[in-house]
Amino acid sequence: MAKIIVVTSGKGGVGKTTSSASIGTGLASRGFKTVIIDFDVGLRNLDLIMGCERRVVYDFVNVINTEASLNQALIRDKRIPTLSILPASQTRDKEALTREGVQNVLDQLSKTFDYIVCDSPAGIERGAQMALYFADIAIVVTNPEVSSVRDSDRILGILQSKSRRAEKGEIIEEHLLLTRYNPQRVAIGEMLSVEDVKDILAIPLLGVIPESEAVLKASNQGTPVIHDQESTSGMAYDDAVRRLLGEDIPHRFVDITRKNFFKRLIGA
Amino acid sequence: MSIFNYFLNKRQPASASVAKERLQILVAHERSRRSQPDYMEKMQLEILEVIRKYVEVDQEQVNIRLDNSDDCSILELNVTLPD
Repeated sequence: MAKIIVVTSGKGGVGKTTSSASIGTGLASRGFKTVIIDFDVGLRNLDLIMGCERRVVYDFVNVINTEASLNQALIRDKRIPTLSILPASQTRDKEALTREGVQNVLDQLSKTFDYIVCDSPAGIERGAQMALYFADIAIVVTNPEVSSVRDSDRILGILQSKSRRAEKGEIIEEHLLLTRYNPQRVAIGEMLSVEDVKDILAIPLLGVIPESEAVLKASNQGTPVIHDQESTSGMAYDDAVRRLLGEDIPHRFVDITRKNFFKRLIGA
Repeated sequence: MSIFNYFLNKRQPASASVAKERLQILVAHERSRRSQPDYMEKMQLEILEVIRKYVEVDQEQVNIRLDNSDDCSILELNVTLPD
């Protein structure tokens, strides 16, 4: 039986797809058979972030409608043999994801994979609800910014009432992943701190991903940023994956790296 | 952060603490609504209509709450009538 992880947030643009790509890659590189599913029907993007956009032939909706087999639709990652991607459809039909159809595909994937990472679309409509419904574990991606924190709380409410586990009276494992974090701005009181967000959302912290130029660079190249182990965000994603697998390691990149006095004085 | 910003920042409260305070209030409010059954809002409006047939009250004067204890639920209705 695979573990089903949903990467969700409510708000758009906070880093769900970036996080799904890196966490999926991190799990697979540790030898776990992992598949990442793009639930964003109509606005497919995971393929771009994973760098396999030119290899998409069939998609998630084709499999649901039995127009293609799972094996035809799954794209094997070129870097990591244990990683596959199931791209979203570009259809405009939002009704394409049915609960039975999604369940059927997840059941099939469950037989061969260890982890199924569901990359949720933004919002709280059908796509987002389908992405979270079957999840065992939820990773709530949040930016240290008021609208993102509010939407994350809203999504937590939906996880606790509308997911399959909630309906069965079971606990869904929730994790906070704080992205685009800027310790410098936190230090001068311009940005909500890790502790502030933890206080408000009251769920355990999986990781803090510092804002980094490496993220855009990685998406430009179609390589998940976790591959860039020179970058702080790549290292932070790797830490997050280790924590997800049960390791207890300290959070890095949360405090400011002190600039020297002269630089601080001239504002460089 | 330059030396000028450093002194400017001292004058006003940090925006992050304003953000936290606003979020705490908002999230608490939204959570309390979330824990209610879906019909509560509609029921509140209908009860208000019935009361308004007899007395003129504002929506804010009617407070409705559902408390779940071990084996029973208590529906608490609090109406502040004008003098």
